[in-house]
Amino acid sequence: MITLHHYLILSGILFSIGALGVLIRRNAIVIFMCVELMLNAVNLTFIAFSRYLGNIDGQIFVFFVMTVAAAEAAVGLALMIAFYKNRESIDVEDMNIMKL
Amino acid sequence: MPEILFFTLVAAVAILSSILVVAMRNPINCALSLIMTFFCLATLYVMLDAPFMAAVQVIVYAGAIMVLIVFVIMLLNMRTETSKNYVHGVLVSCIVAVLTLFVISGFLKKSPLTGEPGLMTTDLVDKVGHTELIGRAMFSDFLLPFEITSILLLVAIVGSVILAKRKL
Repeated sequence: MITLHHYLILSGILFSIGALGVLIRRNAIVIFMCVELMLNAVNLTFIAFSRYLGNIDGQIFVFFVMTVAAAEAAVGLALMIAFYKNRESIDVEDMNIMKL
Repeated sequence: MPEILFFTLVAAVAILSSILVVAMRNPINCALSLIMTFFCLATLYVMLDAPFMAAVQVIVYAGAIMVLIVFVIMLLNMRTETSKNYVHGVLVSCIVAVLTLFVISGFLKKSPLTGEPGLMTTDLVDKVGHTELIGRAMFSDFLLPFEITSILLLVAIVGSVILAKRKL
C-alpha cells in the first residue's frame, strides 16, 4: 500500500537534489533547470496532499505554480540571451556587474 | 503489491534522472534528463488520481518550457562547462542539501496528518471526471487568482520582448 509518506519522501529527495544543483552548477541555464526541478517537487507534494485530504484546492495551486514557472522561463531566458550578447558567456561567475 | 513495486520503479527513475540533471556536463543532456523526470512525475500524478494534471505536466512542462530551454541552449551555442569545480564548494553544497533532506524528513516524522478528509474521493473523480472537477473549482472559487494569472502572463510577455530585443 502506498502511503502519503512515500510521496512526501520522494518529493523531499527531489527538492534536495534540485537545491544541490543550484548550489554547485555554474551554468545559468542548468541552475534554471534545477529551480524547475525544485518547483516540480513542490507540485508533487501539493498533489499528494490533495489526494489524501480529498480536497481539490491543492491541484489548482499546482496550476498556478506551472503558470509562474512558464512566466519565469520566458523572462529568465530572455535575460540570459541579453547577458550572452554582452559577455559571450552565461557562467554565473561572470555575472559580477549590474549593467546588462 | 504490484502497485508499490511500480511506485518504487518510477521513483527510482525520477531520482536517477534528477541526479543526472545535476551531474551532466553538457546542458543538452541535463535538459533531456529533466524531461525524463517530468514524465516520471506525470506518471505519479496519474497514480494520485490526477490525470488532468499529468496531461498538463507533459504538455506545459515537458512540451512548452523544455522546448524553450533547449531552443535557448542551441541558440547560445555554449561550450561544455570546463571542469573547474572547487572541491570545498561542492562539499559544502552537498552538506547543505543533506541537511535540507534531514529537516524535511524531521518534519515528516513529527507531524501526523490531521484535518478533515474532503469530498474529492476516487469514486467521485471516476464518476464526474477530473477535468470537470478542476474546472468547477477554478472558475468559481479561484476566479480572481485565475484572472490575476492572466495579468502575470501579460507582464511576462512584455518583459521578455523588451529584454530580448536589440533596440526598442
